[in-house]
Amino acid sequence: MYVAVKGGERAIANAHSWLAEERRGDTAIAELSVAQIREQQSLAVNRVMAEGSLYDPDLAALAIKQARGDLIEAIFLIRAYRTTLPRFGVSQPVDTGAMACDRRISATFKDLPGGQVLGPTFDYTHRLLDFKLAAEGDAPEAPERTATPEAVPHVTAFLNREGLIEEAVPDDTSPPDLTREPLEMPADRALRLQALTRADEGFILGLAYSTQRGYARNHAFVGELRIGAVAVEMDIPELGFAIEIGEITLTECETVNQFTGSKTEPPQFTRGYGLVFGQTERKAISMALVDRALRWQELGEDDVGAPAQDAEFVLYHADNIQATGFLEHIKLPHYVDFQSELELVRKLRREAGA
Amino acid sequence: MKDTTDTNESDRKAWMSLIAKAPPGRVSALLDAAMTRPDFTWLRAPETGSVMVRGRAGGTGAPFNLGEMTVTRCALTLDGGALGHGYVQGRGKADAEAAALVDALMQTGAADDLRARVLAPLEADMQQARAARAAKAAATKVDFFTMVRGED
Repeated sequence: MYVAVKGGERAIANAHSWLAEERRGDTAIAELSVAQIREQQSLAVNRVMAEGSLYDPDLAALAIKQARGDLIEAIFLIRAYRTTLPRFGVSQPVDTGAMACDRRISATFKDLPGGQVLGPTFDYTHRLLDFKLAAEGDAPEAPERTATPEAVPHVTAFLNREGLIEEAVPDDTSPPDLTREPLEMPADRALRLQALTRADEGFILGLAYSTQRGYARNHAFVGELRIGAVAVEMDIPELGFAIEIGEITLTECETVNQFTGSKTEPPQFTRGYGLVFGQTERKAISMALVDRALRWQELGEDDVGAPAQDAEFVLYHADNIQATGFLEHIKLPHYVDFQSELELVRKLRREAGA
Repeated sequence: MKDTTDTNESDRKAWMSLIAKAPPGRVSALLDAAMTRPDFTWLRAPETGSVMVRGRAGGTGAPFNLGEMTVTRCALTLDGGALGHGYVQGRGKADAEAAALVDALMQTGAADDLRARVLAPLEADMQQARAARAAKAAATKVDFFTMVRGED
């Protein structure tokens, strides 16, 4: 017999107090400030902004502190905060061609206008733990060299000159917004890109890796990867013109994929696209690979049944807040549900034994 | 509430864009160093909201929604009638207020003074920050060279 009960308020309050104490840790150790997290854990901050889908480094740093470093919990806090904000409008599409690049590399062309700029990268490090960082550190300074102002055009523009790569034709269709309308299938590319840019990095990384290992056949080159600052411009109705309302750091990845042609398209290179808030290179490359795999239908390719080709599978499972919400709810009280299961099993056993 | 002052539009766009991107507290500090703040009336008290930032597929193709950013805005009028709008990145209500005051004052006789004492230093800060990053990036630019081969 199931009896409804109330209770647990005191236990919950005390659990939260203990959580606060554990969050602080040993009080003999100096407390972390939000500014320290923002400045010194900036790639974690970037991930929380990208998957929280809100560009605000101070808020992301606060969320990381509150979440004790659990980034999915921090993303959850940012998503919840975001819903409380009135929306002032939408920006004009950012011009990534005009990015002030900290990093810009191409795996397809060695010599290219603007050059190969490595930026502050982990690439070519030896991945050996640096015990000097465990000691009281000094402040390293990066070398500088006179920068020659020059245009840094997108790599895909060179291939376009020969007509060897599909074009990204300018278009001003207003895109769907999954924060306003439920995500429904079939999802056009704009909706897919919105879902992918805020998707869980680990999930997208795994799917992208699966395409490289043969689950959806496309061999991707990183045509270009660039990281840097772009201005965000918005029309201000009360002024009647547009102003820049801020500057954000983005990571953009364009892949170039071999394509032997189809019934509708000639043999040419095709493209996958990744664009993510912050310095988030692994995510942007993964996004570009998954974007390309999801484009099989519009390019007239075969469905080989690969997970990364299945838009419904990818998009409905890529959001870590939806996923964790559903997953973690099963640890909450299900006493009534379980009671009925228990009754059923007892009944079946009685019948089988009878 | 469309503004009808005859200030040069591109000029105003330039200063509002500059102020929007300034670091927290910087515009307030420069404004207070330049003058005593005038009295004003709020038309819209500072409020924080979001703007949906868009990108384009392939960098140049169809737009898509990339994610939101925080923005704080306000509007005010000076006693002389000048109307100022403040739009700044982030959640700084004091920054939005300072931005709107500078915007309004730039439409008054104080414009030349503010251009020299607020806008010029902001522009210089921004150029300096940009140049410093560009110089660090330039130092990581790869100079390729061909290895001399043994057959000569």
